[in-house]
Amino acid sequence: MSEMKKIKNLKEFSTSADRFEGANLLCPGCAHSIIVREVLNATNDDLILSASTGCLEVCTAVYPYTSWDASWIHIGFENGSTAVAGAEAMYKALKRKGRLKQPDREPKFVSFAGDGASYDIGFQWISGCFERGHNIMHVVLDNEVYANTGGQRSSSTPIGGSTTTSPAGRVSYGEKQHKKDMLSIMAAHGAPYVAQVAPNKWKDMVKKIQHGFSVEGPVFINAMSACTTEWKFLPEDTIAISDLATDSLVFPLYEIIDGRKLNITYRPKNVIPVKDYLGAQGRFKHLFKPENKHVLDEWQARVDRDWEYLQRREEAGV
Amino acid sequence: MADKMELRDVEVWDGNMAASQALRQVQIDVVAAYPITPSTPIVENYGNYLANGYVDGEFIMVESEHAAMSGCIGASAAGGRVATATSSQGFALMVETLYQASGMRLPIILNVVNRALAAPLNVNGDHSDMYLGRDSGWIQLDAYNPQQAYDLNFIAFRVAEDHEVRLPCMVHQDGFLTSHTAQGVKTLDDDTAYNFVGDFKPMNDMLDLDHPVTHGVQTEEDWHFEHKARQHNDLMTKVLPKIQAAFNAFEKLTGRKYNIVETYNMEEAEVAVVCMGTSVETAIEVSNELRAEGKKVGVIGIRVLRPWPFEQIVEALKGVKAIGALDRSSPNGTFGMLYNELAGTLINCGEAKVLTNYVYGLGGRDLTKVHLREIYAELLANAEAGKPTTPMQQLIGVRGPKISFH
Ligand SMILES: Cc1ncc(C[n+]2csc(CCOP(=O)(O)OP(=O)(O)O)c2C)c(N)n1
Ligand code: SF4
Repeated sequence: MSEMKKIKNLKEFSTSADRFEGANLLCPGCAHSIIVREVLNATNDDLILSASTGCLEVCTAVYPYTSWDASWIHIGFENGSTAVAGAEAMYKALKRKGRLKQPDREPKFVSFAGDGASYDIGFQWISGCFERGHNIMHVVLDNEVYANTGGQRSSSTPIGGSTTTSPAGRVSYGEKQHKKDMLSIMAAHGAPYVAQVAPNKWKDMVKKIQHGFSVEGPVFINAMSACTTEWKFLPEDTIAISDLATDSLVFPLYEIIDGRKLNITYRPKNVIPVKDYLGAQGRFKHLFKPENKHVLDEWQARVDRDWEYLQRREEAGV
Repeated sequence: MADKMELRDVEVWDGNMAASQALRQVQIDVVAAYPITPSTPIVENYGNYLANGYVDGEFIMVESEHAAMSGCIGASAAGGRVATATSSQGFALMVETLYQASGMRLPIILNVVNRALAAPLNVNGDHSDMYLGRDSGWIQLDAYNPQQAYDLNFIAFRVAEDHEVRLPCMVHQDGFLTSHTAQGVKTLDDDTAYNFVGDFKPMNDMLDLDHPVTHGVQTEEDWHFEHKARQHNDLMTKVLPKIQAAFNAFEKLTGRKYNIVETYNMEEAEVAVVCMGTSVETAIEVSNELRAEGKKVGVIGIRVLRPWPFEQIVEALKGVKAIGALDRSSPNGTFGMLYNELAGTLINCGEAKVLTNYVYGLGGRDLTKVHLREIYAELLANAEAGKPTTPMQQLIGVRGPKISFH
């Protein structure tokens, strides 16, 4: 295996734009671009990338321009994972047949996709890729909404979120379902590595990405991607919102190795109340009305329960 | 290196075996596939070759046909020879990706064993699935028997992978009637077959790590039209000459001659049926019999459905007075596809033709020689009257009262 990049300092990180250009059409403050850069910056290896239809795709490859300086493909909304799996299969075939142009280089295969493209429509394709054990990394840019089509709910949208298809109104507090637990589902595929990451904890993220690149087999990374437009906060607050998410344990950072061994990788010194995170975003504003207090309570209870459960899984090594 | 397989000069193969042998001989790099009747044996056979060392590519058994074509697209963009097979519902599920494959100019080969579309569920052959893909920017070739299924696969690779073409290509054959009917097939030895197609030459491949490429970009009103126009232009101007050249080269190699539009008994024909698939062979037999009776009846077989061979069809139908367009798919609210295409083609040919639409054989229903005799009799009456003497559209061989539309 080729040598990994050491973890750079923040300045190096922010100035290196090797393979993903700052020139793109993503909203100011969009966490998608931060995450992509952090992922690509974590390795020196050659990269073969795909993106599923979504904000990242439509904002970075608008003909005749491209923001990508690595081979990149977009097919459709649901099948980016399988596109990269197909390329990985071709790599294996050509290697066996001695037809690779650069036979001594081992590219990494990564598919980027939104939560919609991963939790919902693309789920079958990802599950298939993981069951077949392709050597690919699937990175979810989890902004908990279909942002590219204007902010509809996905199965990653958390309870109480107001979206265009689960709007809060006079008699509704918005989304009724809890967010789907994709990490457990993907770990249950027996994947060698699955992890949850957030762009504010970039060292943690880089370590996990490097771990992911070092294993054989499919790797699933769920990256929290704060969306200024649909979560309704100011562009300069992306990292602050991300901090609130990780410090309230709404978005816990952990990894599961070989489908079993769970490690929590970040324990906030001071855990902050969930309402501090919710209150900072327009999409949850209505939850602070008196009649919706039960949703806030349910939120906190759910986060407490999930954290307790994660810690028990870690202790038990399961 | 894959082992060579010794073949007899003539093997008894069904259409599926014929297609899969061709895939083996051209040494596909990646097959991503999902089973569906009646095309399943094509990929099963391929799996067998792999298990026995006769091919050494990658075989991805995916979880759906949509994923099969998605995997083929990724693999093809990565720069190697790619093929798969499907039928019916599987083809329907693939349709989204068919457009994506052709829009990215990827030379994937898809063997489509044609079958009806549910509901009601039916595993037998008709051409309903074929027409779902007819505007998807793929080249479409049609085989009427196992020999042709074998031969046309080589033609498909040679044309699709040509750098001036770079478009995906389907090879169609009739479900069960061709796919499961064994006949003598003249073979090529492995080296000859491979050399006819040649080594795969990648272009803008994702695995050229020193030259990264972007595939499948976003284009809106400012570029989309140009891309589609270019693709259409290449289909309309480049593909038929390339197919003709491949046919010529193949004839030189094997003595087997193919034409973009196949004509049988068309010398001074007064009437003709235009059809595809196995019905062409039945029609040839009936026209032979009728010719012996002194009736000037011929057959036109559509060998290349896309790009649609306007000129060759007009040429083939010169002097013909009455034409029957035989459609093997449910028109469901309009004329059959062949009828529509022919009508559009003939409108500017400068000769008055009487064109009638016969819909037959849905879901595997037989088209018998008796049916064809009746059709020819009607066409001859039309030719003599110089106008339709029968309803414009008729459904052949349906139980119950005769169904026809004026
Ligand atoms: C088959 C299909 N259905 C629907 C769409 C429309 N569509 C495009 S992107 C998108 C939402 C993307 O959401 P997500 O995957 O969460 O990514 P985001 O834009 O939020 O980054 C939808 C619904 C499509 N392109 N294809
Ligand atoms: S809508 Fe959200 S996810 Fe999409 S580009 Fe803007 S901030 Fe990013």
